[in-house]
Amino acid sequence: MHHKTVAEASAALRAGEVSSRELTDALLGRIEQLDPQLNSLITVTAEQARAAADAADERLSAGQGGPLTGVPLIHKDIFCTEGVATTCGSRMLAPFQAPYSATVVERLGAAGAVMLGKANMDEFAMGSSNETSYFGPVRNPWDLEAVPGGSSGGSAAAVAARLAPAATGTDTGGSIRQPAALSGVCGLKPTYGRVSRYGMVAFASSLDQAGPFARTAEDLALLLGAMAGFDERDSTSVEHVVPDYTDGLSRSIKGLRIGVPPEFFGEGLDADVRSRVNAALEVLEGEGAELVEVALPNMELALPAYYVIAPAEASSNLARYDGVRFGHRCAEPQSLEDLYKRSRAEGFGDEVKRRILVGTYALSAGYYDAYYRKAQQIRRLVADDFRRALEEVDVIAGPTAPTPAFNLGERSDDPVQMYLSDIYTLAVNLAGLPGLSVPAGLSRGRPVGLQLIGGYFEEARLLNVAHKYQQVTDWHKQVPEGFE
Amino acid sequence: MNWETVIGLEIHTQLATQSKIFSGAPTAYGAEPNTQACPVDLGLPGVLPVLNREAVRMAVKFGLAVEARIAPRSEFARKNYFYQDLPKGYQISQYDWPLVEGGHLDIDLEDGSRKRIGITRAHLEEDAGKSLHEDFHGMTGVDLNRAGTPLMEIVSEPDLRSPAEAAAYMKKLHALVRYLEICDGNMQEGSFRCDANVSVRPAGSEAFGTRTELKNLNSFRFVERALAYEVERQIDLLESGGQVVQETRLYDVDQGVTRTMRTKEEADDYRYFPEPDLLPVEIGADFVADVRETLPELPDEKRRRFIEEYGLPAYDAGVLTATRELAEFYESAVTESGGYAKRTANWIMSEFLAYLNKDSLELADSPVTPEMLGTLIARIEDETVSGRVAKDVFEAMWSGEGGPDEVIERKGLKQVTDTAAIEAMVDEAIANNPQQLEQYRAGKEKLFGFFVGQVMKASGGKANPQLVNELLKRKLDES
Repeated sequence: MHHKTVAEASAALRAGEVSSRELTDALLGRIEQLDPQLNSLITVTAEQARAAADAADERLSAGQGGPLTGVPLIHKDIFCTEGVATTCGSRMLAPFQAPYSATVVERLGAAGAVMLGKANMDEFAMGSSNETSYFGPVRNPWDLEAVPGGSSGGSAAAVAARLAPAATGTDTGGSIRQPAALSGVCGLKPTYGRVSRYGMVAFASSLDQAGPFARTAEDLALLLGAMAGFDERDSTSVEHVVPDYTDGLSRSIKGLRIGVPPEFFGEGLDADVRSRVNAALEVLEGEGAELVEVALPNMELALPAYYVIAPAEASSNLARYDGVRFGHRCAEPQSLEDLYKRSRAEGFGDEVKRRILVGTYALSAGYYDAYYRKAQQIRRLVADDFRRALEEVDVIAGPTAPTPAFNLGERSDDPVQMYLSDIYTLAVNLAGLPGLSVPAGLSRGRPVGLQLIGGYFEEARLLNVAHKYQQVTDWHKQVPEGFE
Repeated sequence: MNWETVIGLEIHTQLATQSKIFSGAPTAYGAEPNTQACPVDLGLPGVLPVLNREAVRMAVKFGLAVEARIAPRSEFARKNYFYQDLPKGYQISQYDWPLVEGGHLDIDLEDGSRKRIGITRAHLEEDAGKSLHEDFHGMTGVDLNRAGTPLMEIVSEPDLRSPAEAAAYMKKLHALVRYLEICDGNMQEGSFRCDANVSVRPAGSEAFGTRTELKNLNSFRFVERALAYEVERQIDLLESGGQVVQETRLYDVDQGVTRTMRTKEEADDYRYFPEPDLLPVEIGADFVADVRETLPELPDEKRRRFIEEYGLPAYDAGVLTATRELAEFYESAVTESGGYAKRTANWIMSEFLAYLNKDSLELADSPVTPEMLGTLIARIEDETVSGRVAKDVFEAMWSGEGGPDEVIERKGLKQVTDTAAIEAMVDEAIANNPQQLEQYRAGKEKLFGFFVGQVMKASGGKANPQLVNELLKRKLDES
């Protein structure tokens, strides 16, 4: 039962072959049994899940509901959920319960999805390995010595381990696509503004975007359809029509022009990953797509620009965690300054502190022009590179991450090595474009992901290409050992 | 040495919107602490600001009233600093790209001349909450009801040359925002707050001296006093060979002095950057045209019209147009009186304003309506009562004894214009005071007043004074 994809579960639910309650109980059982090895969930909401499943079953038996009615899923613990703790992977928010739910949570709930729990994540979404979580690291189901990627590591690991058919995540510099690649599942970062950020704890507001995890592109299409759309509570969400993303999934990709930028295949790319990605590109070529070399000349500037802009926004976004109104508060503060210093020193982990310091520095008087303003200029150059390339081709393809999953602890003392895990993903956030990662093989038993990047609001095209790829490959059907 | 004072004001006006600038919470004043703060105002995780269109409309209205440029594209920015009553750790404000730029306001100087004061910019921002230091046993209470209240900060050019000019500018601006109905102007409740930048320089010098910033000058009187103190302090310092230090100073109302609050070195680095949660504000010509349609007659235009239409002296017109409410009161009263514009002006400026002032009442709470005052003036003009008796009628109206006709009727104050009756009283007064008559006729003419008094007393004040004068004159002089 737990091997069912969203689409399969949906069909079985509607056919009455299985009830949502059965499916939910089965997955809750798996979580109880298997998650201690993975630590992919911070909170399990068994009781609420069973109630939601029962409600879904009533609707289903009345012939009501949509494709997600009764389908269990997991929310990244960055989305506020009324009545359930929202920790954002931090000690700072360990005691926090929001009096509202994120738009993403509301919309998926309204579509009938059943929340099983809240996924572990890097603290405040800052990390690429899920090792910065206050609630401990998540392990990769493919190899328990390996990280699942991050920051949405819990979501990716849970979907890979068949603890749920789907999960939500957020992607600021690769936090959906990179863990999707490292954990061998599909992950989609939509166009900036496609999905509302309301109720999603902010890391870097101009880069953050919510998106789905699942094992197939078809499932991503179902989930995105429910998540996407304008929200008057998020001024940066865009009033752009939400198509039926499942509509064109099976369209032929004959004649489709796929851009392959040499900048994605340069130094630092693992040889195995290179050959897996090249093999995947050949598969697409075999489906009739045309491979075209395109240039993204400013790509090497993306990482330094990202590590100015994202920390700058984070330093401001995280100022509200001051121990005054909610969240962690130090014991017996002696003064306002003492309250601030100790609450924040105790509440935040090292990586969060590092980024707050970097961001504060970049915005300071006398440094703003050299760092923040310069980074914004680079951001425009990077976006222009993509715009020019996408005038020549329909999608851009390459590796999602430069290496397969690394071992726990391997990069945690070297922030720069860690940041390089996102070298191929973060430029997409700077440009605000949609990006998708689809499983494209294994390297020494660890998954490799193919990244597809499209024009603004062209999620449907990415889903189409990924779906066609999955029709003729079976990487997504492979199950990590121990999680059959 | 002669010193020249240079002052620029930053005025924060609270915009009179129903809801907050970035949330739907109400802005009403005086609610129980923390009952008017929603998750957005509290800065809870994940919530986002959404700009209140009405606040933008009000700022545009102001911009048009001071003939400023309305930026077709402006931008919000975050001003980052930590304080207990600043929920997000930053204030959403405008920095590089304000909504309103380059306007002006004309003020009247004591010598009767006018002076144009430049307005550098006006921008929108959110207010912080309030810290309450009493009643918490050494701790501080935080009330976030005010957090997110829309403010418009109006920054003047350093064009003001004396504390009196600063006060005049502040008063003028205060009247303007109330005319525009974008701010209630209530200074006690903090709806209209002023900071001042002040420096002095040798007369004739082009370069500015080092300035200090004075905080929270929350009445017209304090602005003038604080600035006067600060100017004198700076001049004393410079003349004794010292230097002015750039710093922020706080005015101590009780002592009448300014004190260092923080020096330049201690000043926060606000790390402004564009607010990523809000899109730039784009304002089209249509929106501006719509707002222009809603502009009322402005104080200067109204004053000009009062001079022309009612034939009032400039001074009267200035007083009567000081607020929109008073101007409206005046115009209604004039209409009711039958068009006696100058007499109505006199009554408002003497009796009416004095009574309001004596009882510390707002115009809206006045027991005397414009209709009542206008009718009373009509009764003076049609000689139902004398001006003297009218003052008694006014006092009775003020005490709530009814309208003018009712008071005159009930108290029997109708003026006696019956010549025969007055003649009888005149005769009686002469007959009863033979000694005074003799003296008067011997040349002591100032005794005429004595006889007038006698007659008026006999009539209970109701005799028509003109008739009394005429008849007395004739009788006394007829020997």
